[in-house]
Parts: sequence; structure tokens; C-alpha cells
Amino acid sequence: MTETATLSTPRQAHDWTSGTAKKRVRRRYAADRRLQIYGISAIGIAMMLLGVLFVSLIHAGYVAFFTTKVNLAVNLDPAKIDASKPADANYRALTKDSFLAYFPEVTDKREQTDLLKILSSGAQYIIRDYVVANPDKIGQQVTIPVAVSDPFDQLYKNVIPRQIEALASDRIALYRSLNQRGVISVENDKSVVQVDAFIDPAAIPADGGPVAANFQKIVDESFRTYFMGKTILAYQEILSDTAADTLKARVIADPSVIGKTILVKLPLAEAFDNLHRTGESKIRNPRFKSDNEFRWFDSLAERGLISTPFTTELFVNADSRFPELAGLAGALSGSFFALLVCFLLSFPIGIAAALYLEEFAPKNRWTDLIEVNINNLAAVPSVVFGLLGLAVFIGVFGLPRSAPLVGGMVLSLMTLPTIIVATRAALKAVPPSIREAALGVGASKHQVMTHHVVPLAMPGILTGTIIGLAQALGETAPLLLIGMNAFIPSVENMGLLEPAMALPTQIFSWADSPERGFVSRTSAAILVLLGFLIIMNITAVYLRRKFERKW
Amino acid sequence: MVSYLLLALLILTIGAYYVGLAQARGFTDKLASSDRADQQHSLSAYHGAFMAAWAGIPALFLILIWLLFQNSVIDYLLLSSLPAERTTGLDKGQINLLLSEIKSIAKGNIFGTPDDVTLAAAERYNSWQNIATMAMVALSLALAVIAAFIARSRLAPRFRARNSVERIMTYLMIGCSLIAILTTLGIVLSLLYETARFFAKVPITEFFFGLNWEPQIAMREDQGLSGGGAFGAIPVFTGTLLIALLAMMVATPIGLFAAIYLVEYASAGARSVIKPLLEILAGIPTVVYGFFAVLTVAPAMRQFAESVGLDMAPNSALVAGGVMGIMLIPFISSLSDDAIAAVPQSLRDGSYGLGATKGETITNVLLPAALPGIMGGILLAVSRAIGETMIVVMAAGIIAYLTFNPFDPVTTVTVQIVTLLIGDVEFDNPKTLAAFALGLVLFLVTLVLNVIALHIVRKYREQYD
Repeated sequence: MTETATLSTPRQAHDWTSGTAKKRVRRRYAADRRLQIYGISAIGIAMMLLGVLFVSLIHAGYVAFFTTKVNLAVNLDPAKIDASKPADANYRALTKDSFLAYFPEVTDKREQTDLLKILSSGAQYIIRDYVVANPDKIGQQVTIPVAVSDPFDQLYKNVIPRQIEALASDRIALYRSLNQRGVISVENDKSVVQVDAFIDPAAIPADGGPVAANFQKIVDESFRTYFMGKTILAYQEILSDTAADTLKARVIADPSVIGKTILVKLPLAEAFDNLHRTGESKIRNPRFKSDNEFRWFDSLAERGLISTPFTTELFVNADSRFPELAGLAGALSGSFFALLVCFLLSFPIGIAAALYLEEFAPKNRWTDLIEVNINNLAAVPSVVFGLLGLAVFIGVFGLPRSAPLVGGMVLSLMTLPTIIVATRAALKAVPPSIREAALGVGASKHQVMTHHVVPLAMPGILTGTIIGLAQALGETAPLLLIGMNAFIPSVENMGLLEPAMALPTQIFSWADSPERGFVSRTSAAILVLLGFLIIMNITAVYLRRKFERKW
Repeated sequence: MVSYLLLALLILTIGAYYVGLAQARGFTDKLASSDRADQQHSLSAYHGAFMAAWAGIPALFLILIWLLFQNSVIDYLLLSSLPAERTTGLDKGQINLLLSEIKSIAKGNIFGTPDDVTLAAAERYNSWQNIATMAMVALSLALAVIAAFIARSRLAPRFRARNSVERIMTYLMIGCSLIAILTTLGIVLSLLYETARFFAKVPITEFFFGLNWEPQIAMREDQGLSGGGAFGAIPVFTGTLLIALLAMMVATPIGLFAAIYLVEYASAGARSVIKPLLEILAGIPTVVYGFFAVLTVAPAMRQFAESVGLDMAPNSALVAGGVMGIMLIPFISSLSDDAIAAVPQSLRDGSYGLGATKGETITNVLLPAALPGIMGGILLAVSRAIGETMIVVMAAGIIAYLTFNPFDPVTTVTVQIVTLLIGDVEFDNPKTLAAFALGLVLFLVTLVLNVIALHIVRKYREQYD
């Protein structure tokens, strides 16, 4: 307001119905709606990401829940299997003979070896375990489902294709640019590209002649003129490996071309050859050695010998190098022991600490220090707990590496803050009237706590504990550092102090494996882990709903 | 063996309880007068508990301490018992190797033909282990019995058993609370000790200011300088910051806008459905996120980059940072949610009373009022992003490049810690010690971030009414 304006001068009344005013109001409401849209789209993006996560895991993992098996007819000849020692028979030969019986036309030794590759490498052990478990069947003809090896398992489930695209899209673009110049033609059923090659006399050594010269360099230099500015690898791939020899043969046959520029036709590599002649650059999937393997496998399928039962091996077998045989038994038991130790350690200690801090502790600096420490511990990265476990539990205390005991101890240190916070909240929720009533009847402070408050707060405490244990189940980094990443190929030695594997570290280890079959196995293991977490969280929520008392 | 001992101790403790209980119940027979001063002070159960506590707890502590230090002591004795010429000049790694060889021979796994000294040492090891175990069993059981007897002698009608038991319980509870401090102390001390040993081998300036991170150390002395490691950690730090920055760029807008919508615009029904769904994002283990990054996100982003013409490495910072951002969304969303919801209704009503729209209220009144809480949430999320391990181990690279291009592969502190410590761990190698040094830096940085976050929230939080 300026000094000239006085209180008696009425201010200009705003015209709330004018065009500019209405426009302003519309703009403000538009801004409001925009903010709402941002909010909805943010939530939508988050939900979509969650959905993509689950869908991709389920899509990759559901194939692991059924295994492709061959129903192998095995004749348990009592002459070959000693009934008193069924485990000692030559199951390798037995498996081989039973499987080859399906293909009497295959007689070549090498082909037979390729044929046997259809079966899993553990086939003989599967048959052995069956016989040891069912010794009464010796002497009969039985049909045992035997898993096929990983490439055929993935093939049957349509995870890997029979033919793959041999060329990346940028290589195809390079081919197209060459083709447009019209320099590619077909001679003698092979695609060739014509190139102007300058036979540099300096490249031909004096004392060897053309035979000793390095024609690859000349070929590269000449071919490069088509692709000024591109990287070498791209165009080196286009020419066949024999291109340099073609040029060498030409120069040897006609030494007069040395020093001149000649027009030569150099052969293209096989993939580009296919692309030019057929328009497609598909080649057989290199995981399979020959088309015979497809023929044999298809004939098995046609005869109805292939079945896909549920993969119980996933839960019963221990780890293995072969994805079709790998299972989670070792990981589940290791995780179980580690969580057991974690619960046994952190539950009493957490409740005792929370009880003390909430009820008995005097309000002084030491109590503040303890509370600050607990809050800090909740925010420390999990790797640091792994370092602590490695340095102190394994280094100073000398506990065995990769034992579930050490894993459980590290996990309990991480779960402790969660349990303490949850217990304190549960204790706070019990109303003071209960405590005062108990005191009034003559109980001591400890008796009030143990007889009245803690039992009433127990549902909340248990909920917090289950949630803390669920978080501990998913922890990987500290377990990796203390070495709970052992390769456990048999389920025999499971104990608190034996080397073990945990479920999340098993997922990590399988995710690193190169075999294609492990991709679906890892996804399936992740689904198992998420299943456990969902069960635990639902239990916690159910407990809370059922036993929660509103005071 | 130990489990049997613990079982025996448990039975002793329960037995002591019943003995004390029976003795206390026997008091009433002795009491002739009905004078209050002669009545039994505490319930009989407390007398029993008193005896049980004295029987069980000291013996339990003895067993724990014994077990924790038995291996180190025996190792030390074993080493000093070997003739001097076997142990002079050996560095720590070779000593460990010698000890492991002796121990595996003692277990019965004999490889090759070990010499007599080692065989004798193995036999000594076995005998000492047996002696130690026997001694532990004998001492702990003896302690339990003696303590039980002493406790029994204290039992009397006017003995304040309940107070004693409660005092014991209070001390136990204090001990449990101190475990948090012990843990922090353990972390700090162990990290400091190993870091000090690291900085004895590698100068501090090289670690904090060097630009080359190549921690592969020569296996043997004669592999020359080319096998020596470079421990300049700057590329590792910049990689960590780059990925954390990318993660926050993903998580902050989504989390903040989601929180605004949930608090202000969403109906109660929508809130009750959407909030748990967001919490699910928080509950998914990070190894699942890492696998998701490798399985789906990396190929998708690679295809997208190729179609646009950019060159993207398969383990680029963008993939790891993006997925980490997805993990952090519920963090920021729930903390911002709490901060915005804590702003009192009177401020909102005042703003509406002045004629502001909901959006204007949010941007001009609520967000500034909730800003300390939101900032604290963002700092906590940054601290979480810096300390996150599994996503980056699976999705980010191992080679330390000094770059700010999100399409390049970078490595982070946590990846280096895990990579350096997986596999055989020699406690003297600068490689292993470098991991501890990185761990100390990580611990301090996250601690400082958390303290700052708390400080900001406390100091700038408006106190309403």
C-alpha cells in the first residue's frame, strides 16, 4: 500500500467473474488435477514394476516345477544285480543298454555316445536309488522315469529354440548396405563379394614369395574401403576365413598381378552366405551337435515315452552341477538351522533388553547410549555384520567357517533391533491400569512384568519376531561373507557346525551359473523363498488381527 | 559332546530348582509361631529359582567363555610346541596352512606322507582337545554343584529369595541390553584393527586419493611389480555415489508423489489396499531384485539402448541404480507418508479457509511443513542405497571405472567387499584387509548419514501446539 492510500479509500473490488479471473481459477484447478495425476501415475508405475517383477519371475520359474523325463524300461536282471548288495551293480551299463534298446538302428559308437547325452548324467544314480529303495522289484521289468539332460529339458519346454538367429541386427544392416551396392553375387552355390584388392609388393617378402605373404592384411585393407569409419571386427566377420587363401591362390597362380589392383571375388562367411541365398540367417542352436539329436528326441516323444511330472527333486535333492538334478534340500536345511539359532538367540535377548529399557532402566546417559546404539544397529548395512562375523566369530572365536551356527549368530545380531523395537511398542500398548492394579494387589515390579504385562504384550512381540525372522530369511550378504555358500552335493552331513548353504545364497550361487537350466531353477527357488516369506507375513498379520486387544 | 554337557547342566538346574522348592516347602513345618516376623518371606518357587539360577548361570558362562576361547588357546599352544625351525620365517598365511594341515591329519584325513613332527603335533592336538573338553565338563559340572550347595546353605524362611532372584534377573536384562553396545564395539574394534593393519601396508593417501583400484596381489614374491595391487579407492567411491544417485532419481519422485496421493487424495479403501502393496516391495529380499535386474531389466534396457543407438554395457550403472531405486520406493513413500500425515489438520484447514486448492495446499503448506521429515527419509534412503549389496553384486560390475556415464559399468564399495572376501580368505593379504578398510568407510558414512538424518528431523521439526 502506498502512503497516499488511506483507510477511507475503498479498495478496488475484484471482479471474480471476469475472464482473467475465471482463467486463473481454471488454471489452479488444472494444477491440482495435475498433481493428482502425478500421484496416481507414481503409484501406477510402482504397481506396474511390482507386477513386472512377479510376472517375469513366474514366467521364468514355472518351467522348473515340472521336469522332462524319459520313461525308461529297465530290465532288472538278477544276474546283473546282487540282491544282497543292490548298490554295487554296474548301473552305467544297465542304463546305457536300456536306453540304447530304444534305438536299435544306431550302431556307430560315436553316435551312441551322442544318443546317450539325451539322458541326464545322473541317470545311473536315479536307477540305482530306485533299485536300492525297491529291492523286491529285482528280476522284473520296471519303468523308471529318468530325467533328460538340461539342453533337451529346455528344448521340450520351449525355453530354447531349435534354431537361432546367427546374426545380430547390426551385422544384418552391414550386409544390406553391401548388397545395395550390388557387389554380392552367387558363384558355384556360394555367395561372394567382389573387392578391388591392391596387391602391395611391399607385403610380399622377397625370400618367400607369395606363399609366405600375409594376405589377410591385404584382404582387410581392401575390404575396409566399403566401410570407412566402422570397427574392424564388424567387417572381418563378413568374410569367410578362407578369403585370404582365395586371394593367395589367385596371386600364386598369376604372379604378374603383384603391384596392381585386381578385382577378386571373396567368399562370405557361412551365416552371411545363408542370409544372401535364403534370406534367413538361422543356424541350428549350437547347444546341439547335429540334427540327429533332434530326430532321436522327437522319436522318443512320438512314442509317448516323454512325461513331465512335478519336480519333487527341487525340494528333495541337494545341489548339483547339473541343473536337472539340482535341488534345494541343502539350502532349506541350512536356512532352517540358521533361523533356529537366530530365533533362540535373539528372542530371549531381545525381549529382556526391551523389557529393561522400557520398564526398569533409569533415565540417564547410559540408557540413552544403549538406545542410540540399538537405533544405529538397525541402520548399519548388512555387509558390515558379515565383516563382524568374519573377523570376530570366525577369526577370534575360531568357529568353523560356513556353519549355520555362525550364520545364525550374525542373523540374530541383525534381528535384535527389530525385535527390541517391536517389543517396546507392544509393552507400551499395555495400559498403565493393568500395571497399577497388579502393584496394588502387592506384586513386585518384576512380577507385574512377568505375570501380567509380558503375557498381554506377547501377540505384538510374536508378530514383531516373525517379521524380523522373515527379514533374516532373505538376508544374503552377511551369509556370503561368513562363507555359507558351500557346495553341498549330498544331504548326509547336515548339522549346526557342518558347512552349509542357505536359501538366499543358493539363489545367488545358481544365478551365477552358466547353464541355461539354472535360470528357471533360480526363479523357482526365488518363488519358494517368496512363498515362505508370504506365509510368515500372513501368519504375523493373522496373529496380530486375532490376538490384538484394543484397550 | 557339548550338547550332552548342556543337557546335563539343564537337568542339574531343574534338579536344583526342585531341591530348593522342596526345602522351602519344608520351612512351614519348622515354623511354630504365627508371628509375622517368622513367616516365610518369599514363595517357595522363588527359593527354587534362586538355587536353579546359581546352579545354572555361572556354569553356563564358564562353558561359553571356554568354548569361545578354547580354539585360540589350543592353536597358540600348538604353535609354540612345534620346534623352532618349523616356525621361524613363516608368515601368517603359512602358519595357518601348517595349523590346518595338523588339524586335518588329526581328523584322519591324511594326504601324502607327512613327516613325524607334523604327525606328533597332530596327536598332541587331539590329546589337548580331549583334555580341554574333559576339563570343561568337569569344571563346569563341579561349579554347578558347588554353587548349588552354597545357594542351598543360604535358604532360610526369612531369606529374601524373591529379591535375590529379581536382582539376578535385572542383571541378566542389563547384560542383554549391553549386547547392542558390545556389537557396535565389536564392529568398530574389529574394523579398526584390520584397517590399521591395512594402512600399515598401503599408505592412507593412496587409498583415499588414488585413482586406480586393482586389488589383485601377486601370489608369490617373484611375480614382480605387475602383480602388485593398486588400492586407490576413488573410482569405487564414485561408482557407489553414481549408483546411489541413479537410485534416488528413480525412487524420490515416485515415492514422494505416491505418498502425497495416499495421504491427501486417496480414499480409505484405496489406502488400505495400496499401502500393503507398497510394503510388499519393501519385503522382497534384495537377492530377488538382483536376479530380476539380471534376468529382465538388463536385457530390456540393452535392447532399448541398441534401438536408440547408444552403447550400453550389460552391467551398467543404470540397470543397478534403477532396480535399487525400485527397492527404495517404499522407504521414501512410507517415511514421507508419515511426515505429511503428521502435519496437523489446522494448517490444512487454514489454507483451505484462505481459498487454496488442494494442490496449492500441498505444495505451499504441507510439503514445507513436512520437509524435515521428508529430507530425513531421503537421507535414510541414501544411506540404505550406499550400503546395499546384493543388487549391485549381481547387476553391477567388478572392474572399477572412474566415470559418470550411467551406461558404463561401475563397481561399488559393497561389491568390492564381497568380491575380495569370497573364496579363500588370508588374513594377512592386503587384498583382504582392503575389504575391511572399505567396510570401515562404509560403516562410518552410513552412521554419519543416519545421525544427520535424525538431527535434521529433530532440529527442524515444527512443534505444533
